[in-house]
Amino acid sequence: MSGQDPRQPSPRRRLSGVLHRHPLLRLALLLVAPMVVLVVVYLGALAMLLVSAFWTTDDFTGEVVREPTLDNIRAIVTSGTYRTVTLRTIGVAAAVTVICAVLAFPIALFMAKVVSLRTRRVLVVLLLTPLWASYLVKAFAWRAMLAGDGVVNWALDPVGLSGPGFGLTATVIVLTYLWLPFMVLPIYAGLERLPDSMLEASSDLGAKAGRTVRSVVLPLAFPAVVAGAIFTFSLSLGDYIAVQIVGGKSQLIGNLIQGNAGAANNLPLAAALAGVPVVIMVVFLLAVRRTGALDNL
Amino acid sequence: MTRTKLLAVTAAALLALSACGGDDADDSTDASDDTSATAQAFTPPDLKALTELGEPEGELNIVAWAGYAEDGTTDPSVDWVTPFEEETGCEVNVKTAPTSDDMVSLMKTGQYDVVSASGDASLRLIASGDVEPVNLDLVPNYVDVFDALKMQPWNSVAGVAYGIPHGRGANLLMYRTDEVSPAPDSWGAVFDDASTYSGNVTAYDSPIYIADAALYLMATQPDLGIKNPYALDDKQFTAAVDLLKAQNEHIGEYWSDYTKEIQAFKNGDSVIGTTWQIIVNLAQLDKAKVDAVLPSEGATGWSDTWMVSAKSEHKTCAYLWMDHIISPTANAQVAEWFGEAPANEKACAETADKSHCDTFHAADEAYFDQVWYWTTPITQCLDGRTDVQCKDYGDWTTAWQEIKG
Repeated sequence: MSGQDPRQPSPRRRLSGVLHRHPLLRLALLLVAPMVVLVVVYLGALAMLLVSAFWTTDDFTGEVVREPTLDNIRAIVTSGTYRTVTLRTIGVAAAVTVICAVLAFPIALFMAKVVSLRTRRVLVVLLLTPLWASYLVKAFAWRAMLAGDGVVNWALDPVGLSGPGFGLTATVIVLTYLWLPFMVLPIYAGLERLPDSMLEASSDLGAKAGRTVRSVVLPLAFPAVVAGAIFTFSLSLGDYIAVQIVGGKSQLIGNLIQGNAGAANNLPLAAALAGVPVVIMVVFLLAVRRTGALDNL
Repeated sequence: MTRTKLLAVTAAALLALSACGGDDADDSTDASDDTSATAQAFTPPDLKALTELGEPEGELNIVAWAGYAEDGTTDPSVDWVTPFEEETGCEVNVKTAPTSDDMVSLMKTGQYDVVSASGDASLRLIASGDVEPVNLDLVPNYVDVFDALKMQPWNSVAGVAYGIPHGRGANLLMYRTDEVSPAPDSWGAVFDDASTYSGNVTAYDSPIYIADAALYLMATQPDLGIKNPYALDDKQFTAAVDLLKAQNEHIGEYWSDYTKEIQAFKNGDSVIGTTWQIIVNLAQLDKAKVDAVLPSEGATGWSDTWMVSAKSEHKTCAYLWMDHIISPTANAQVAEWFGEAPANEKACAETADKSHCDTFHAADEAYFDQVWYWTTPITQCLDGRTDVQCKDYGDWTTAWQEIKG
């Protein structure tokens, strides 16, 4: 009726036949799009970063001079300023991560093991509400709160104290506030998978609540804490906006990168500096891997 | 040394700079350079000015200092963009930049048509070919610009004009009237006496601020022999950097975002520090108890130039804008709003406050001899010394990061 030879399969069927006989072709077709994105967009950008770190700029015109040189790397390794700023940044990121973990663990444990299913949902929503507001709005809200005539000073004044003002402490507070959900959620997900029977077994063997948390919950939740720590640590490491808003005069690696890329128009040096957080993250992940936490993720 | 002479020296230094720069880095910038041009020297990339205006393109993208292109959103009564849009059909998009360095980077993107460049940006833009010469015949209002601003080394190269003068002024010292008494009259308040207001001192967050320290040293430590705050040899530069490092102990925060500075002064987080007149005006409008002075040592300042991007696709709109912004009415409005001396002589008759031009010394060249316009420091000392090398802007940038620690 269609005029087509019934023994001659349609092109669609032929194609599907070819694909059926060649599993490798199937795989290639499936993966080519994501691989292009990964290689070109992701690795390509990283490669550009790496390459441009070895270029320099003309100080007067600001044009990039494409001649390989180690000057940028040397400047970063030998300069006391960059070393201080790097250490300061690691310190801030570590402090934020530790505080987030300490705050998040009880919240997550409470949500996963104590409250009813209904309340649990409400709590998850509540936990996520800060993520609905823009990062900048939250940071500026903290700036207003921590200002000389802000809420924090007003509240602390009656007890004879004053707020931290703008500076590194304020930066740690704001970053902790911003990244807390990223720590609570992985720990919560991890604890939720922990069977209640284990807690009961621990209690049957005579362990009190504290001992159960220490010997049963914490070891099992550790990979989840590490997952959260990767988020909070890497996010803090790259942040430069919060510190600009509440950090007073202090600068972190992100500010140096921004200063070199934006203000000084020295992209090569900025690229070289951007390598510093990358190296720190690699070292951090290797250290995490040694703990074995990544195997259980 | 008079200003004109000084600037002639600057130009000469630039010639020398580009002459020696041409040899070792010839593949870096201007591919259009022919080899015979090396002796001729400061050869900005060979770009031609527009010869005639076409139909307005319907769009104009501006990079400007805050307060230079107001469309009524900051204050409904402050608006010289809307009349321009209505008259020409060019829809204006404004991008404000906090520092000259940001302006240079923004112009390098090629997405903007005109820029209000200060002296520490204009020559860099010309040398890199990001802006092109302007045809002064296409800007009718140019004839009324003060002669002292025409064809200066920061807006022209070898007799070719690269921009239209906008206005000029000085950086000021702002303070909280309720916290700082007596009122300061010296930059010493933020340098040697900064400890009085420790933790509440603020400073401009840009390498060019090193010149403010140099200017203070010029007055207080004559032994250093600083003749020009943008021409610092090793010893002078170290002294300025050390002064700023000492100041850093007492800094609460550095500012480049002007809204942040207004807020900080309003809240009392900053009580004294460098500022622009417009920030004082806006802060006072916001009921902050602030005032500002021009300290006895003189000040750094700016002389701004409107320039056209070489990559602009809206050049007719760009020329119409340059003519509009220096028209007597608009130039008077922007000068009063920003708090600076207008470029157009006839603007003085149009200001709401008839004494504005006197207050801001619009025609007072003796006054502007005390003001050191922002200039890009280069290896060849701008004060004419040939026996030493001066620190260039790259060194200034590195030092600035060191100062902030």
